[in-house]
Amino acid sequence: MPLAFYVILSVIMFVIGILGVMLRRNPLVVFMSLEMMFNAANLLFVTFASYYHQLQGQIIVFFIMTVAAAEVAVGLAIMVAIFRTRHSIDLDQVSNLKG
Amino acid sequence: MDLLSQIGYGFLALVIVSSAAGMILSRNAVYSAVLLVINFISVAIIYLVLGAPFIALVQITVYAGSIMILFLFVIMLLGPDFLTGTEPIKGQRVLGISLGVVLAVEAGILLVGRGNLWALVPVFDGKGSSPEALGLVLFSQNPLIIIGISLILLVATVGAILLTRGDGSASHGNLEGKE
Repeated sequence: MPLAFYVILSVIMFVIGILGVMLRRNPLVVFMSLEMMFNAANLLFVTFASYYHQLQGQIIVFFIMTVAAAEVAVGLAIMVAIFRTRHSIDLDQVSNLKG
Repeated sequence: MDLLSQIGYGFLALVIVSSAAGMILSRNAVYSAVLLVINFISVAIIYLVLGAPFIALVQITVYAGSIMILFLFVIMLLGPDFLTGTEPIKGQRVLGISLGVVLAVEAGILLVGRGNLWALVPVFDGKGSSPEALGLVLFSQNPLIIIGISLILLVATVGAILLTRGDGSASHGNLEGKE
C-alpha cells in the first residue's frame, strides 16, 4: 500500500482521539482517547520504520508504549482518588483549582 | 497490488475508523473499552503487515491485554457513569468539532505538500525486525533511554500506590464508608 494509506489512517485516528478528549466528559473515555492518539503516533513510527528500513522507529514504539502504560497507571489512580473524595468523576465538576 | 489485498486493507481501515468513532460516540464506557480493544487488534494486524511482528504481539498483550483490563477494572470499580447528556459549557461541542475539522484540514494540507506520499511501503519480508535484531538495537544503542524508562516505570508504580493508598483510616478499601 502507498504511504498515504497509513498516514491518512493515522491522521484520522489522531483527530478522533482529539475529538474524544475535547468532547467527552467521562474521564475514562478521555483516557481511552489518549491511548488511541498514542496508537496513531505508533502507527506512523512503524510505518516509517518499515519505509526507511530503520529499526530505530520500532524502538521508539516500545518507549511510547512504556510511557503510555505508566500514564494509564497514574491516571487511573488519580481517577480513583478523585472518585473517593467527590463521589463523581464528571470532568466538568473537577474545578477546585479554578482561580 | 491485486484487488483482494486492497479489499483487505480497506476492510481493516474501515474497522479501525469505525471502532474509533464508536468508542467516542458510545454512551457506555464498557462498550467504549471493547471497541478500543477491537481498534488495538486491528492496528496490530497492520503492524504485522508492515513487518513488525514483535511490536504487533506486544501491542496485543500490553495494550489490548493489560491496559484494557486495567481500564475495565476501574470502570467496574467506579460503577456506571450517570452523566447527563446536556453540555454544561456553552458551545463546547460545536467548538470541539470545528477545531477537530480544522486539525484534519491542516494535516491534509501538510500531507499534500509532501512529495513522496504515493511511494509504496514494502510488505512483510519476515526478517530484519526479529526480536533478536530489535533487542540488539534496543540494548546497544539506547542505554540512556532504557535507564530513563525504568525510572519512569518506578516512579509511576510508587505514585500509583501512593495515590490509591489513602490516609490510613480509608486503607481498608471501602469506597462509600468515608464521610
